[in-house]
Amino acid sequence: MTEYNFAYLDEATKRMIRRALLKAVAIPGYQVPFSSREMPMPYGWGTGGVQVTAACLVPEDSLKVIDQGADDTTNAVSIRSFFEKVAGVATTESTADASVIQTRHRIPEAPLVAGQILVFQVPIPEPLRFLEPRETETRTMHALEDYGLMQVRLYEDIARHGEIARAYAYPVKVEGRYVMDPSPIPKFDNPKLNMSPALQLFGAGRECRIYALPPFTRVESLDFEDYPFTPSKAAGHDCAICGAQDSYLDEVITDDSGGRMFVCSDTDYCATRAAQMEANA
Amino acid sequence: MYVAVKGGARAIANAHAWLDEARRGDRDVPELGTDQIREQLSLAVDRVMAEGSLYDPELAALALKQARGDTIEAVFLIRAFRTTLPRFGGSLPVATADMQIKRRISATYKDAPGGQVLGPTFDYTHRLLDFGLAEGRDVPPAPMAETGLESAPHILSHLGGEGLMQAEPDGAGAVPDLTRDPLEFPAERALRLQALARGDEGFLLSLAYSTQRGYGRNHAFVGELRIGAVRVSAHLPELGFDIEFAEIVLTECESVNQFQGSKTAPAQFTRGYGLVFGQSERKAISMALVDRALRAQELGEDMSGAPAQDAEFVLSHCDNIQSSGFLEHIKLPHYVDFQAELELVRKLRRAAGADALPEAAE
Amino acid sequence: MDGLTPGFASPAVDAAHAFRAVLDTMAHPGRLVTLDGPAAPVPCSQAACVALLTLADATTPLHLAGAHDCKGMRDWVAFHLGAPLVGRSEAVFALGTWHALGPLAAYPQGVPDYPDRSATLIVEMADLQANGTRLTGPGIEDAAYLSLPDTDALRANASRFPLGLDFLFTHGAQLAALPRTTKLGDG
Repeated sequence: MTEYNFAYLDEATKRMIRRALLKAVAIPGYQVPFSSREMPMPYGWGTGGVQVTAACLVPEDSLKVIDQGADDTTNAVSIRSFFEKVAGVATTESTADASVIQTRHRIPEAPLVAGQILVFQVPIPEPLRFLEPRETETRTMHALEDYGLMQVRLYEDIARHGEIARAYAYPVKVEGRYVMDPSPIPKFDNPKLNMSPALQLFGAGRECRIYALPPFTRVESLDFEDYPFTPSKAAGHDCAICGAQDSYLDEVITDDSGGRMFVCSDTDYCATRAAQMEANA
Repeated sequence: MYVAVKGGARAIANAHAWLDEARRGDRDVPELGTDQIREQLSLAVDRVMAEGSLYDPELAALALKQARGDTIEAVFLIRAFRTTLPRFGGSLPVATADMQIKRRISATYKDAPGGQVLGPTFDYTHRLLDFGLAEGRDVPPAPMAETGLESAPHILSHLGGEGLMQAEPDGAGAVPDLTRDPLEFPAERALRLQALARGDEGFLLSLAYSTQRGYGRNHAFVGELRIGAVRVSAHLPELGFDIEFAEIVLTECESVNQFQGSKTAPAQFTRGYGLVFGQSERKAISMALVDRALRAQELGEDMSGAPAQDAEFVLSHCDNIQSSGFLEHIKLPHYVDFQAELELVRKLRRAAGADALPEAAE
Repeated sequence: MDGLTPGFASPAVDAAHAFRAVLDTMAHPGRLVTLDGPAAPVPCSQAACVALLTLADATTPLHLAGAHDCKGMRDWVAFHLGAPLVGRSEAVFALGTWHALGPLAAYPQGVPDYPDRSATLIVEMADLQANGTRLTGPGIEDAAYLSLPDTDALRANASRFPLGLDFLFTHGAQLAALPRTTKLGDG
């Protein structure tokens, strides 16, 4: 065997994933089971996202892959080169130039536009899993729209900590019906899920689930009237490279005496801003 | 000024080159051939075939070589290859009663038609290092029986004749396929056995052991353990007949477990079942014990909450490609979610007045 | 198998293009797209043919309704898809005119635990226009319009959310979609 099919997966597998994707789009926020395949990278390393991307790609696509917001993290580099090899698609680091973006743990800072597809890699798709380990139980909770346990847990957080103590993978409610795990994005990114013009697809390979947010879908972060949701990021800092005040920041330790600096986690956003500053200077 | 680390692609390429070199080891030592692995590390090859769920000793040997002897990595290579193969159809059930027996023992009967055949077993070897092997001593041919080994009926069929062993329903109809449909609960026995057959040997061994120690105890005897070659055939509807296309070695274990009868059902033994590619009796026995433990509910036994009785727990965690992938993924960057957590903890500490504490207390 | 029309010229790439178009319609209810590709036997439209080649196979039972349940189509399905032909209650996909497909209640609607296990109906239309019934809901920024056959039945379908059917409407090479989430009319 020397030649793999376009985008690696065989056609029967792609049809199966494509059918699951259409049902996922038709039932926003609901996790559609799909018969995830073993991929040539380990479970937990983006196999769900890779399968969704492979099922969506056309040769004319321009693909961007980010991990932690960055195009140059090792796993992003690895997945990008996989698709260069098996699908022959063009790749880009520019959010604006990408037609398909596969991401792990971030939504790009630059607003997405109509026609773009954002594919999330998802480790644990079940938002209720941290409350109840059994699939048989959580499936029933979704069916009955019984999210009382989640409300109780979030309220316990408030009682103990004075706020909902979840910083990432902050659960959302989609179109007033399904509670959904947005993947481990920081809650700073949650507002970007809501009414996005882009199509957002979520793939969890090991857990065999696909779900979706069609464009212009209502996505609310769970909260309470007296404890409203607040997105958060490193307080009181600007990006040390581009000076951005509105981007999500990585903290970098610079020396062994407590020195640290903050830089944009979205490398394309940061580089674009830095280049503009240089051009304007 | 700070500059983000670049060069991921080159770092990866260099790491892979180093891996290649490390795999080869000292070039003054002759390179290992996959034929040597296949012939001389055959139980490792068998395990890779079993958990990779692909019967191909050549490929399994190659995977072991490529994986530097790491079994799970080799299983992963085989699984990732297997998933790209086209599927032409399903085989007919293999007739293990017609197995060309290499090894066959029963712990429940001293003798039975077909006899006890020890075969190539470690069982009664004294575990003393054989330093002669290091020096490449001669291996004389083993004595052969005058007549070739015959196939033999299953020992538990003798119990079945007396009605002492619960009969298993014929597996007619479509068999569920774990690799084509996502796992769903409750999982029927055929699906459970499928998952166990490709499950991690160590995981199943520990679970089986836990039942022996009382976590879902089910009093197992090894009714029969047999290892040998069986023929595999398929029905070709276009041609209207069956065609034999392979011969594979299997290990099969049937355990005999006690079962309290009820008012409506007289006392009867029940069975646990294990079937594994290649010679892998530790796995086959473990599988039989876990299979039996997972039948607790359908047999109306006390569910003691033992892990081995919990199908959702066992089936969700027995696959070592899933578990090792997810376990090892936590070494990938998590800067973003860690940063989010860091900010949250700082905020909660500020709110609690902890920022007044000296830095050294952190 | 004489006289059978061809399938995709380049299966992987053609199916990829077709799927993106179908995904685009399902993600934007009411949006009209053109599905390029081979034609199926009469009376099947090109768009329906391409959608089936893209999505259906031996694992997806198919219901052919009315005039679409003809020898030409049955042969085409057997050769190109291998999909088992079934009655309404077992269908994953169904193909026919609106009139021939009904009643909607006869198709799998999904179950509360698995609302995805519902049929997708491919409705062959005599005409398909981006006007008529006002559509709102996920995938639609403000409002979209589509010439739908029977708004009462479709509204009833949407009211069963998260259960319910999803629809592809086809006419010639044109395709539009209506998932169960879309609200019809001003209500």
